[in-house]
Amino acid sequence: MPLLPPRWRLLVAALALLSLPIVAGVLWLLLTGWFDRVHGLLPVGGWSPGNWRFLWQPVGGRPPLRVPLVNSLVFAVVVAGLEVVVASLAAYAISRMSFPGRRAFLGLVLVLHAFPAVSLLIAIFYILRLLGLFDTLVGVILVKVALELPLGIWLMKGFFDYLSWEIEMAALVDGMSRWGVFWRIALPLVRPGLLALGTFALLSAWGEFILPFTLIVSSQRWTMAMYMQSFLSEAFTDFGMMAAVGLTYAAPVLVLFVLGQRYLLSIYAGGVKG
Amino acid sequence: MAESDRIAAQAEAEVAPARVAAGARVARAATPALFLLPAGVLIALFFLVPVATTLYLSLTDISTLTFRQPRWVGLANYRDLLTDPFLPRILLNTVRYVVLTLLFNVGMGLTLAVLTTAVRPGIGNQARALWLLPRILPPVVYVLVWQGISREAPYGLLGILTGSSRGWITSHPWATVVLANGLVGASFGMLIFTSAIRSISPELFYAAAVDGATTWQTVRRVVLPLLRWPILFVTAYQTLSLLTSFEYILLLTDGGPGFYTTTVWSLHAYKLALSNYYGNVQFGLGAAMAAVLVVVGVVVSVVYLRVFNFRQLVGEPRIEVS
Repeated sequence: MPLLPPRWRLLVAALALLSLPIVAGVLWLLLTGWFDRVHGLLPVGGWSPGNWRFLWQPVGGRPPLRVPLVNSLVFAVVVAGLEVVVASLAAYAISRMSFPGRRAFLGLVLVLHAFPAVSLLIAIFYILRLLGLFDTLVGVILVKVALELPLGIWLMKGFFDYLSWEIEMAALVDGMSRWGVFWRIALPLVRPGLLALGTFALLSAWGEFILPFTLIVSSQRWTMAMYMQSFLSEAFTDFGMMAAVGLTYAAPVLVLFVLGQRYLLSIYAGGVKG
Repeated sequence: MAESDRIAAQAEAEVAPARVAAGARVARAATPALFLLPAGVLIALFFLVPVATTLYLSLTDISTLTFRQPRWVGLANYRDLLTDPFLPRILLNTVRYVVLTLLFNVGMGLTLAVLTTAVRPGIGNQARALWLLPRILPPVVYVLVWQGISREAPYGLLGILTGSSRGWITSHPWATVVLANGLVGASFGMLIFTSAIRSISPELFYAAAVDGATTWQTVRRVVLPLLRWPILFVTAYQTLSLLTSFEYILLLTDGGPGFYTTTVWSLHAYKLALSNYYGNVQFGLGAAMAAVLVVVGVVVSVVYLRVFNFRQLVGEPRIEVS
């Protein structure tokens, strides 16, 4: 709304009040990670570096931290990379070429974008077992990339559609191949789109819980989400250490979010489920 | 020269370019095919095949014991499902979860969109970014925060504020489930409604101001009527995703406390088929429940696209070399 209402301070106060639960939650996480005990938001007892002992020694029957950390890193980076490349390729074809079945393919992508992929989990479990990819990082990576492709293709198509065609046309006339045009002209020009999709995919894969939880068993292949969940599901819980693990796990997300916010908003507004 | 030879020569002359053209057509079709191949394979393998597999598995007696050689049982799983004494309870839970969360989601999304567009842009942007936090935080960490806040007094914030000595997750499981999901979901409506409000022509606001409308009147008489379609879209979209998502319930309450208190349809399907108690995995029954969701998902997705203008979205490419 272009007009600032006369009592805008009241509205700011209302916004602050509504946002209080989120602020309180983040504060709780920060405080609990660093102190012995926290009552509400009030630290009781001294500061407790022992909460962070999981950094240098394995806790309980879990693998050392570096195992899930490396797995998560590999998972997130490979998923993001694959998703960006595969989605760009398909989106470029849809945006720039006319071929039989184009409308059908785009229609399929759109339907799948709206379709709730979680409901396919049981069948995906079965298929991965048939393919021998159950309990492997490769399997989960492929599934994650596939499930997010409709969003990626749809988004990248939008970016390609907005490029002016003249440069590509000129290159084609000069004898450059389609592949060359895609790789050397179109892709560099849609860098904002690649960054947006890449950041989104990184965040989404880093946080992914249900896929690895369902499709991976061996603790040597755990991701950070499963490592963290193993603390949550314990009957006796050490909240201080859990919060410290949570902070470690969430730190890259917060950094990436601050850096990539500008790009990300375009995707979230474009329709992510939840 | 004989007439037949002349015709043959002519035919030859006509065929040659046609053959070249056919070759060019193949080459031209090959390029898009190569660009689409990776995406096509992944989509086929993890979307299309799973839809068929879900339907197939739901018609077999597949379980831990019969995993290698499932037997065809027809509609037996569906019959078992209908006669399950807990089905009414699970259905009721599902309706309750979807409706309550939806009300919170859409209402909060609308409130946030109106508030953040009414105040200064800087403040509005910061508030919107803050509300994205629950969505971008890894679900496991988000749930940990909820566990911490809802712990029994004197540890949990809610316990201190309300004087409830028991943990909130066990004493008010539904409130926690709805609020936790609602906080995540609100940002979706918030962003869609924000861009809808921004696209309202400023003249309307000036006209309202000149007529002496209060802020509340402007919101009620100008903004809300124009937001009818976005509201419908968000409601429809969120309904489907709530119907099928169970991640936060699984992590927060695991369907409990006690017997099926917060178990919804999708969670029950997941647990029947994939919960880790080996030897007790009813894959076929779970698949039957999932199949219902898959059918609902396909139908609703197609309806979305019909209602929200599919043809316009898939228009011919603007550019193509001939």
